[in-house]
Parts: sequence; C-alpha cells; structure tokens
Amino acid sequence: MLKRYSVHLILTLLGGLIVYLAYFEYLGLYFLSVLMFMGVNIILSSSLNLVNGYMGEFSCGHAGFMCVGAYVASVLGVWLFARDRVFGAPLLDPDYALYAFPVIILAGGVAAALAGLLVAFPSYKTRGDYLAIITIAANYIIISAIENMSSIGGSRGLMGMKGVINAMEDTLYLPWMPIWVFLFTIFCVWVIRRYVSSTFGKGVNAISQDEVAAEIMSVNTNKIKTITFMLSSGLAGIGGGLFAYILGYVNPGSFNILKSTEIMVMVYLGGMGSLSGSILAAIFFTILLELLRPLQIIKWIVIPLVLIILMQFRPEGIMGNRELGQIFPRLKKFYRFK
Amino acid sequence: MLELIIQNVINALQWGSFYALIALGYTLVYGVLTLINFAHGDVFMVGAYIAFFVATFFLVSLGIPGWLVLALCVPLTMILTSMVGVTLERIAYRPLRKKGAHRLYVVITALMCGLILQHANLAIFGASRKAFPPLIQEHVYNVGGVSFTNLKIAVIVTAILVFLILHWIVTRTRVGMAMRAISYDKFAVPLMGIPLDQIIVITFVLGSGFAGLAGLLFAMSYPVLEPYMGALIGWKAFIAAVVGGIGDIRGAFLGGFLLGGIEILVVAFFPSTLRDLIAFTVLLVILTFKPTGFFGVAKTTKI
Amino acid sequence: MQPQPQTEPVPVLEIRGLTQNFGGLRAVSDFNVELGKNQLTGLIGPNGAGKTTVFNLVSGFYQPSEGMIQVGGVPTAELKPHKISALGVARTFQNIRLWNDMSVMDNIRVAQHYRLGYGFFHSAVRSKRYRRREEEITREATELLDIFELKKYADEYPRNLPYGTQRKLEIARALSIHPKLLLLDEPAAGLNSSDIRELIRLIRWIHGQFDVTIWMIEHHMDVMMELCTHIKVIDFGQTIAEGVPDEIRNHPAVITAYLGDDKI
Repeated sequence: MLKRYSVHLILTLLGGLIVYLAYFEYLGLYFLSVLMFMGVNIILSSSLNLVNGYMGEFSCGHAGFMCVGAYVASVLGVWLFARDRVFGAPLLDPDYALYAFPVIILAGGVAAALAGLLVAFPSYKTRGDYLAIITIAANYIIISAIENMSSIGGSRGLMGMKGVINAMEDTLYLPWMPIWVFLFTIFCVWVIRRYVSSTFGKGVNAISQDEVAAEIMSVNTNKIKTITFMLSSGLAGIGGGLFAYILGYVNPGSFNILKSTEIMVMVYLGGMGSLSGSILAAIFFTILLELLRPLQIIKWIVIPLVLIILMQFRPEGIMGNRELGQIFPRLKKFYRFK
Repeated sequence: MLELIIQNVINALQWGSFYALIALGYTLVYGVLTLINFAHGDVFMVGAYIAFFVATFFLVSLGIPGWLVLALCVPLTMILTSMVGVTLERIAYRPLRKKGAHRLYVVITALMCGLILQHANLAIFGASRKAFPPLIQEHVYNVGGVSFTNLKIAVIVTAILVFLILHWIVTRTRVGMAMRAISYDKFAVPLMGIPLDQIIVITFVLGSGFAGLAGLLFAMSYPVLEPYMGALIGWKAFIAAVVGGIGDIRGAFLGGFLLGGIEILVVAFFPSTLRDLIAFTVLLVILTFKPTGFFGVAKTTKI
Repeated sequence: MQPQPQTEPVPVLEIRGLTQNFGGLRAVSDFNVELGKNQLTGLIGPNGAGKTTVFNLVSGFYQPSEGMIQVGGVPTAELKPHKISALGVARTFQNIRLWNDMSVMDNIRVAQHYRLGYGFFHSAVRSKRYRRREEEITREATELLDIFELKKYADEYPRNLPYGTQRKLEIARALSIHPKLLLLDEPAAGLNSSDIRELIRLIRWIHGQFDVTIWMIEHHMDVMMELCTHIKVIDFGQTIAEGVPDEIRNHPAVITAYLGDDKI
C-alpha cells in the first residue's frame, strides 16, 4: 500500500509545499524562478535523453524544438488572452485563460512534435554523425525562420506573456506558473517513464543496440523512430512553452546551439538512458548555474571544464544507464514509479 | 547580366574559400579519427585573434612595413594556431582515446573545448570588437564591369593552392597514406608499425594550421573580430564538409564552395536575413536525400 | 465466393529465379527453392558463395534484383523486414546479434512487436489492453525461457552469458515470434564440440516440438549430414548440387567447390 502510493504522496506533498510557500510569499521570486527553471530543465533533459540516451542517436538541436513550442504557446496565449501592441485586444474573455493555459502549452508541444518530423524523416535513412548534422541544421532553420517572421517580433523577440499570467491570477489568485510547471514536469517524466518501460518503448532501446536485429525481429523501426522523435521534440516544446511564460519574454537567440549544448550537457551529466540520472542532473545543473552566476563569463569556462574532467574520470555520467532503483535496490521497497 | 554573374561567382568563390578552408579541418580529423571536432570553428576564431596580435605587434611595436608583416604573419599564425589544435588533442582528446571511451564522449569534450575557447577569449579580451589593421594596400580592379580586389583573388588562389597541397599530401605522401590507413582500420595500423599518435598530431597540425590561415584571411577581408565569430561560421563549414562528404578533402572544398555559392545567390535575390534559413534548408534537403554527401561513402551494414 | 480448388498445399517458402547484383558482382544468380511444411533443409557452399545473401534477401534486408520470393504464398518483394517477420520468417545471425544491454527477458519481449496489439497511446495511459497484453507477453516469454532452460538468466544481460547460451538465446528469440520458417545462419559457428552435440539435439528437438520449417546454413558438415533431409549446395551464387546428404557427400561438383580442382 505504502509502496504503491509513496511516490504520489511525496509528489503531492512537494507540490503542496511549493504552492503554499509561493502563495504566502515565503519563497522569494528569485528562488521560485530557479525552482521553475529546474522543472523546465528536467523536462528538457529527460526528453532529450529519449533520443540521445535511449535511442542512441546524437541530436544537437533540441533547443530548436523548444523554440517552436515557446513561440506557438506564447503567440496563442498573447493573441487569445492578453492586450498587446502587436495583436491588439484579447480575442477571448481573459477569464478563460485559466482553463486554456494547459491547452495552449500542449498546443506548443504538438507544434514542436510536428517540427520533430524534420529530423524524424531523415532518420529513416541515416544515423549517427550524419543525423547529428541534420539536427544542427534543423535548429538553425527553426531559429532563422522565426527571426524572419517580423509579425511575431522577429529577432527582437516577443513579449506579453505576463499579461496571460495576470489574467489567470485575476480570475483566481494562486501562484499559477509554479503549479503548471510542477504539473507539466511530472506529466513529462511520467509519459517518458511509461513509454520506455513498455514493451513497445523497449523497441527504442533495441534500435539503439542493434537496428538491423530490431527490424528483422519485427520491430517497425521507422515507426518507433518517428514516435520517439516526435515525443522528444513535443516534450521539448512543452518545456519551451513553460520557459517562455516563466521569463515573460522570448527571442530566437535564446534557443541557439548554446542552449542545445546546455541540454546535452545535462543528459550526459546524468547518464545516457537513465531517466533518474537526467532528473538529478537537471536539478544539479540548475543549481550549479545559479551558484556560478556571480562569475559571469567565467561560468562558461568553469562548466565546460567540469564536464571535460567528468568525461575523463566518469564518462558514463552520474548514473550511467541505470535508474535509481537499480543502484539502491533497497529503495524499491519504498516506492513504485510507473 | 554576364558581369553580374561573374561578379557573383567571384564573390561566391571568395566566401566559399573560407568555408572550404575551415571545412577541411573538420574533414581531416573526421577522416582519421571519425571524431567531429566541434572545437574547430573556435580554433578558426583563435587563429584570427592570433593573426591580429601578431600583426599589431609587428606593425605597431616594431613598425615593420605591411607586406613584410603579412609574410611573417602567415607562417606564425599557422604555427601558433596549429599549436592550439594540437594542445586540444593532447590534453582533451588523447586521454579519452587511450581509455577507449565512447566516441560520443570525445565529441562532447570537443564541444566543451570550443565553449572554453570562446569564453576564455571573452573573459580575457572583453566583448569589444577588435579592428584588424590593414596589412596590404587593397586595390580594386575593374575589368569589364566586374570589380574585384587583390585580396579577394588572393583568398581564392590560397584556397585552391591549399586544396592542391592537401590533395597531394593525402594521396601521394607516406603520411597521407598512413592517414587513409588509419581511417580504414584504426586497430591494424599500429600493428603495421605506423606511429598512430604521430599521424594524428600531424592531422591536427594540418587542420588547425589551415584554420589559422583562414582566420588571417578572414580578418583581412572582414577586419572586425569578436569571440563568437567562429561559432556560426564553424557550424556552417562543418555542415558544408558533411554535404561534400566528410572524410574527403574534395568533399570539403566542394561543400564549402557550394555553401558559399548558395549564400551569395540568396543574398543576390532575397533579403539578406533569409540567408541562413535558405542555406540551411538547402543543405538539409541535400542531406535528407543523400545522407553521406557527395563524396561520402555509405558504411554498409554487414549481417 | 468460389470454392478454393484443392491443390497441393502452399509451400512455406518459394523462391523463383532469385538474382542479386551488388554493383558488378552477381552474388546470387537464378536461385530456386521450394520448402514445404516441417522440412529441415540445409544450404551449404564455400565462403562467399552467397548463402547469407540468400537469407538476407528472404528476410527482406536486401531487395532482390530479379526473381520472386513468396512466404506462405505471399510475395515479399516490396515488404520491409519487420513485415516479413510478421509473416512468420525468423532468423538468427552469423555473428550473434542480441540486444546486449537489455535483459534476456526483454530480448524475448521486444521480438513480440509484430503482434503487440497496442501503441504509444496505450503504453502512456496504461490502458486495460496494455496491461493485458503485457501480462500475456511476459507469461509467454517466461514459458519460452523455461522450456529453453534459460529462465535463470531472465534478468541477466546477454553479453554476460557464455557463447553457447547466447546462441541458444538467439534461437529462442527467433522462435518467440512463432515463425513458420526459421532461418539459422551458421548456428554452430564458434561452438566447441560438446556445444555442437548440444546444438544438434536442440535443433532436432525444436523441429519436433514446434511446427516450423527450418532452413540452415552451416559449415560443419557433420551437423548438416546428421540433421538435414535435403541439402542444396551453391558456389559463386549458382546452385551446383542438391539432394539428400549422401548424394551431396559424394557429388563431384561439391568436392571440386570445396577442395578445388585436381588440375593445378
């Protein structure tokens, strides 16, 4: 009984605690935003792990899909629910913003999943380094496409998402952003976990280890690849949507290859093919980034250095390809996560 | 009309020369080690900075005439830049290789080295742009409505010369033979008495040296330097190398000139902001239909 | 509806005029075969004769240049390998190709993809259908591992198993897709003589136990002579002899192909 519901219980308590602290403003805005970025980073790293870890591909353009999600969610939200210079008066009653927000974020995810096809189709024929280039190109294509759309701000960026959040808070005063980030983070991890632990999703692993054997042993590799790429980029889109609303401002430049590299760092830090590793690494990395913030530019020398040293001494990352339950088998007595 | 075409061809050749010179560094290292040396674009940037410091040192501190400075700059920049490349190899890549680490970890390490180069530069020299001093008098020639400068011609000629030299090295010399042998079978080669590490160092020397040369030429043609200049041009050159068929010198040059051509063509007909979008889209389409590029050979899976 | 004319039963595998060119090289030329239900047939030939190419063509890894392949009466020309395996063609590989970082149990389970009966959505919401199918798949996989005496390794990774056991696991994985036709590509390669005895027993047992046609490539002549009822010999892509093992043993063309000409 305890085993079955312990994860639910812990998550509910954690969520409740965060909402409580945020509601009564015990948590400063800064601390809260760090927590929210942690959630977004968990989404990004675990979704990239699906492709780079479980499927053994090398995608270097994850931020591109994040960008699609961020823009679609932002434009939809601002267009529908906020007063904005570009889009004018809200199209719908701002009271609906509360209910529509998750739909808007999911719409961003769907759009990003469709953008994922940009990489999924070439992946039928090629893999490894050649696919890596295609992902880089996809990242650049997405960014420069948005830079050229002056109606949504072009390279200057897009604002107005605060208006949507305000609309939500006017309807019912609750710290909506932390709540949604928390829920979506759990949702994403949950979907990935269920996907990769099903026999269907284990086809992903089979492709990574021996694609020929997978195809000949009845795995529809093209279908699995399409689903995996779409899922991965779709979740990145969800992460991107949340990212945009947390910041209240997006511009294409913040989704460049550097951002993709950052996500990649988290995946390899945590260990390829380890979901709990990705989560731990995302938490650790977010904290590290914040701790190193006073260093400014030096930060971007220290972090790569840490990673290079890590690669030399523990190249498999924190967790390798194992999960928490495999490293500490005793923990399994206390929780079940499915 | 004809003048316009020739004019654009010359521009494309010059612009493509930079891509080609950088792409060849990627392709050499990839050919020998199957390693995407993601730091290479930043090695190019470092090359441009080295050229800047060498040039200002001679020009300002010693007051040597420009043409002599250039003559000194070329070898010095190439040597110093290749030392940067070799240092990366020795410090970061080789230990991993010796441990037999997964290829991917070496790639990540390369990516991180690139970031370090960029930001170390930013930290040391600040974000302000550096203006490269003019070394030679730029002459504008005008032949039948087509205008070009001596610098442009020099860039194109250099790229072609480098291609010929490298092609000769790879196909005709013992070192080149060893390189090709390593790319064919990394495990058998040391057994044949070929010094693996030495050949790899030579590969890095060649690749980084020519990236340094590209940096010098780039700085002379577009005399504004900033720490991020290597990133975008590096990624693009890399994609160009792949489109040409990574691991093949001819591919690197073909890809480089192709990319240069596409970009110049786009700028000639569309707003210049569309340059990256169209260029990358064309490359993506090419790679989708011909994943191994023009000269690349598909690795066949044997069962 | 017209009544189906009662003719002779559809062969499990029928190959007519199969030719495969790789560039200028003709790896297989005008290859014909017809395998009936429950046959145990061999395919032999010197190295590079095109044996594995024939298997690759049957399992859909290559598209044939010419000719026709039918599995149970269904032409397979345009089908992708996973579709062909769903038709009931399973195989093993010359160099064992297990998924080495997945447990033995998962190796069997993933091979059930052709009849999974659920997709991404069901796996995400853990629907009733998902749970039922997963349960069935796990149960069947456990049974299969049990009869192959591999159950004790269920949670091991294949790469940690002895070589002979890996071979056995690969055959078990192939059988887990309930094939009508089982292609064994050099199952005895790399095994020692006691393992080979074991393998012969295993194949004979499989042939008796499962309702399956077996077609195998092997270099160990004693294995072939003992197991197969019919053997086909190819060299340079061409069929040079076929018949019962005793005929093959003394066939002059076979001896020439294997041992070379007397004339030097």
